[in-house]
Amino acid sequence: MLIVLDYEAGNQTSVRRALDYLGIPCRISADPVLLKNSQGVIFPGVGAAGQAMAELRQKGLDVLLGELIHTGKPLLGICVGCQVLLEYSEENDTQTLGVFEGCCRRFNPEWHDENGRNLIVPHMGWNGLRAVTECALLCGISDEAEFYFVHSYYPAPVPELVMATTFYGREFASIFGRPGLWAVQFHPEKSGRPGLRLLANFYSYCQEKDNAQ
Amino acid sequence: MLSKRIIPCLDVRDGRLTKGVKFKGNVDIGDPVDMARFYSDEGADELVFYDITASSEKRGIMLKVVEHVAAQTFIPFSVGGGIRNTEDMRAVLLAGAEKISVNSSAVRNPKIIVQGAAAFGSQCIVVGMDVLAVPPSLEIPSGYEVVIHGGRTPTGMDALVWAKRVQELGAGEICLNSIDADGTKEGYELTLTRLVAEAVTIPVIASGGAGRPVHLADALTMGLASAALVASIVHYGEYSIAKLKSYLAGQGIKVRQVW
Repeated sequence: MLIVLDYEAGNQTSVRRALDYLGIPCRISADPVLLKNSQGVIFPGVGAAGQAMAELRQKGLDVLLGELIHTGKPLLGICVGCQVLLEYSEENDTQTLGVFEGCCRRFNPEWHDENGRNLIVPHMGWNGLRAVTECALLCGISDEAEFYFVHSYYPAPVPELVMATTFYGREFASIFGRPGLWAVQFHPEKSGRPGLRLLANFYSYCQEKDNAQ
Repeated sequence: MLSKRIIPCLDVRDGRLTKGVKFKGNVDIGDPVDMARFYSDEGADELVFYDITASSEKRGIMLKVVEHVAAQTFIPFSVGGGIRNTEDMRAVLLAGAEKISVNSSAVRNPKIIVQGAAAFGSQCIVVGMDVLAVPPSLEIPSGYEVVIHGGRTPTGMDALVWAKRVQELGAGEICLNSIDADGTKEGYELTLTRLVAEAVTIPVIASGGAGRPVHLADALTMGLASAALVASIVHYGEYSIAKLKSYLAGQGIKVRQVW
């Protein structure tokens, strides 16, 4: 079973709907026992980094997430849940979880798009990925597939963590982390079939890992 | 590179689609849930539902529709019509919509934009604007006036002033409908679309007037729109979303072609 982490800054229900549709057993919860016994954890997020961190700290989930990651629990961070895995976010000048080296920066509206016009912020809509390394999450997904993004801040991890990039005003990391501990800036739960496939790939990884133990 | 979006618009009354969407095959053309799935499978980038249910006691039906769409369709969609306060917004978002759209209610009470953006984030808040061309005046220097109640009631507000204002208040996107172009099938109001898109830094969805694929291309290039709303051009089977997209791609416009 997957656990979708329950906190006030998430898009838990849309992630759960996608998992239900795929027939993947899941629950929305913040119960430490359920989380520790799960096959994997999805860490969703919408809204602002500051608010997300405040919610996590208030519920002690920052510490719990650290423990889960330390024990090798598979984890998928989505959007704000991806950003706060870094050390710092310019959004609300927030110290974040620091699981990965790097920070989260704001898109500058003075940058230009490919037509030389000022960048529209937020980056909202469908955009592609350029895979930098082999990534199990993208297994069976076309190179041409696009994913749904909605964000004003972008992750800037250290280069060795970057798995795929996306271009919006500049190239930024849209998937980063390491196998079993992935952070994706886009919303797979709102990205049609490629997004559903990515979630199914995550669950397959969790099952394999679970069976191997 | 970000793709331009094509967004079919579905009008719902008492839980059923109002315009006869004509398709062959295994699709209930009156059922918003079936049609949402159909358009999603066809490559729609997003969907818009307008609830035109007249009686407030039947509003719960729309929430059921939203829940069913969200359980089966995994692309973003917005819901507009009859949303008056943050409680209405919360109900629609919890039922599974990605965004909510306000129009007349935002004109009457602009605070709803501030409150919605504070509670749920700007990315959730789409402000719909209905606009009519009028002779330029001191009050309406651009010659484009915001109207409400489906175009029946003038507001005395210049469309460009209102567009900038809603952005300042926290709107994440503007859905810009030209009352003059709506229903003509002669193309989007390009001058208006471009003026508004240049006045704000948030995405603008062009609406009203699409009859041929070139109209979409014009709105997305000359009109500087981020997305094009489509209704009758796709509802009557004249063009499929896929066909519109391959036309746009042929014109060098970046669209999502794999789904």
